[in-house]
Amino acid sequence: MTVATIEGRQVDVDAEGFLSDPQQWDEALAEALSKNIGLEMTDAHRAAIRFARADFMTTGETPTLRRMATAGGVTTKDMFLLFPKKPAKKLAYVAGLPKPVGCV
Amino acid sequence: MKRLVVLGAGTAGTMVVNKLDRVLSKDEWEIVIVEPSLVHLYQPGLLFLPFGRYEPADLLKPNQPLLPAGVSLIRAEVERIDTAARQVLLVGQDSIRYDQLVIATGTTPRPDMTPGLDGPQMGKTVHEFYTLDGAVALRRALSQWQGGRLVVHIVELPIKCPVAPLEFAFLADDYFQQRGMRDRVEITYVTPLSGAFTKPIAAHRLGDLLERRGIDLEPDFYVERVDEGALVSFDERTIPFDLLVTVPLNMGADFVARSNLGDELNHVKVDPGTFLANDLLNVFAIGDAAALPTSKAGSVAHFAVDVFVENFLEHIAGRPMERRFDGHTNCFVETGNGKALLIDFNYTTEPLPGSYPLPVFGPLRLLKETRMNHLGKLAFKPIYWHVLLPGRRLPVPIEMSMSGKDATPEDPDLAISKTEEKVS
Repeated sequence: MTVATIEGRQVDVDAEGFLSDPQQWDEALAEALSKNIGLEMTDAHRAAIRFARADFMTTGETPTLRRMATAGGVTTKDMFLLFPKKPAKKLAYVAGLPKPVGCV
Repeated sequence: MKRLVVLGAGTAGTMVVNKLDRVLSKDEWEIVIVEPSLVHLYQPGLLFLPFGRYEPADLLKPNQPLLPAGVSLIRAEVERIDTAARQVLLVGQDSIRYDQLVIATGTTPRPDMTPGLDGPQMGKTVHEFYTLDGAVALRRALSQWQGGRLVVHIVELPIKCPVAPLEFAFLADDYFQQRGMRDRVEITYVTPLSGAFTKPIAAHRLGDLLERRGIDLEPDFYVERVDEGALVSFDERTIPFDLLVTVPLNMGADFVARSNLGDELNHVKVDPGTFLANDLLNVFAIGDAAALPTSKAGSVAHFAVDVFVENFLEHIAGRPMERRFDGHTNCFVETGNGKALLIDFNYTTEPLPGSYPLPVFGPLRLLKETRMNHLGKLAFKPIYWHVLLPGRRLPVPIEMSMSGKDATPEDPDLAISKTEEKVS
C-alpha cells in the first residue's frame, strides 16, 4: 500500500491508484479523482457514484455493470457513456471503492 | 430421522453425497438427491470434442451408478425452495421436506440473454461449446469450414472454466495448422476483461501465448448484441466474424431467483469460507451454483467439498464450522501442440510460476507450457470418474500451498524471465 496526495490530502491507494480505504473518500475527492482520468463530472456521474457507494456499504462488493443496471437503474449503455471504455473500473476509481473483482 | 436434500447430481452434488454417505449415521440421516437428468456429463471433455478428440459417448455415463446405493434419487426439476417451511417444491406439485439442504445445481450458458445470440444463426455461423449439442454442432462446422474470420468470445464473467475459451483459441490455432489452412484463418479473442486473463502475471503470460500464435486480442469488449456476422459492443465497436464461438452469459438455476437466494445472475449468495447461504442455518450452496470470488471449476468444487464435509459434520452436531475454504483453484490450460500449462491459486494469491505439487520436482510446471502438463490434463478424465466423483482422496493438498511457487514479484516481466532461466 502506498500513500498518494490528491488535492492536498493524503490517501492510501493500491498499486493502480484505487483508494484502499473507502472511508477516506468524500465528494470533493471524487471531483479530483475524476480529473485524474479525464472525466467531466455531471449529476448523472454523481448519482451513479452515490448508488455504487451505498451498494458497497451493504454488500461489501463493488457493483458490477450488471448490478448497476438491475439494482442501480443505470443501463450499461449509459455506464459506457458516463465512464468510457472501462466503466466498472472507472466508476470504482472515482467512487473510492476497490477495483471490481474480475471474476476469475 | 433427519433428511439431507442435495439439489443437482453434477460434479459437486455427486461428490457431496458420496462423501457424506460414508460419514453420516444411517440411523439418523436419510440422503435424497434431486436431478432431472439421466446422465452425468464430463464437462472438461467439451473443449476437445469440437476438434474431434472425443465422441459424445466418451463423455457420458448414467448418473445413478455414480451415486451411493442408499441415497434416494428423485428425477425432477425444482420449482422453488420455501426456506421458512424447509421444503423444496418440485415442478409437478410434489414437495420434499429437508433438515439440511445443499444447492449444487451449477451454472448454465444462457444465449437467450444476449440480443441476437440465440437467433437463426445459432448452430450455423454462431456456436458455443458448453453444451453437448453445441459442441457437436461446432465440430461439424469446423470440419467443413474453408477459413475466414474466427472470433472466440466471452459475453460476461463469471463463466465456468474461465480458461476454456483461451484454450479453445489455442487449440483452434493448432487444428487449422494441422489441416494446412492456418494462413486462411484470422483468429480474434474478444473479452470483457482488460487482458487475456484476470490476474496480472497469468494475464501477461497467456497474452504472450496469444501473440505468439498470431491471435489478436480485443479487450474491454462488452457485447450489446449480435448482428448478422458481427458482434456489437455497448460502446459501438463492431467485430465482424465468419464463425463465432461464444461463451454465453452463465446463470444459476432460475429456482434460485424464485427462492430469493441469488445475486443478479442467480448464483447463491453464501459465506465464501463455509458455503452457508446468507442469513440461513440449513441451506448451503456448493460448486458453480455458489457466488464465490473464485473460478467456477471442477477443481474448486473438489477442494470446496472437502472443507464442506468436515464443517457440515460439526454444523449438524451444533458446533461452529471451523474450517474456512481458501478459494483454492487449480486449472490445466491446454495450449495446443500437445502441451498445456497449469495454474494454481486462491482467493488471495494470484497464479504464480513454479512447480506443482512438489517444489522443483513438480512434475507439473506452473504457468509454463509442457508436455507433462498436457498428459496431466488427459489423465484427469479417468481420475474424475474413479477418484473425484466417488469422493476418494487425490494426492494433492486441499488448501493452496506456496510450496513450489515463486513468491509474488512486483513486475510480471521480471518474474517470468526469472522463472524461464530457472527451469530451462
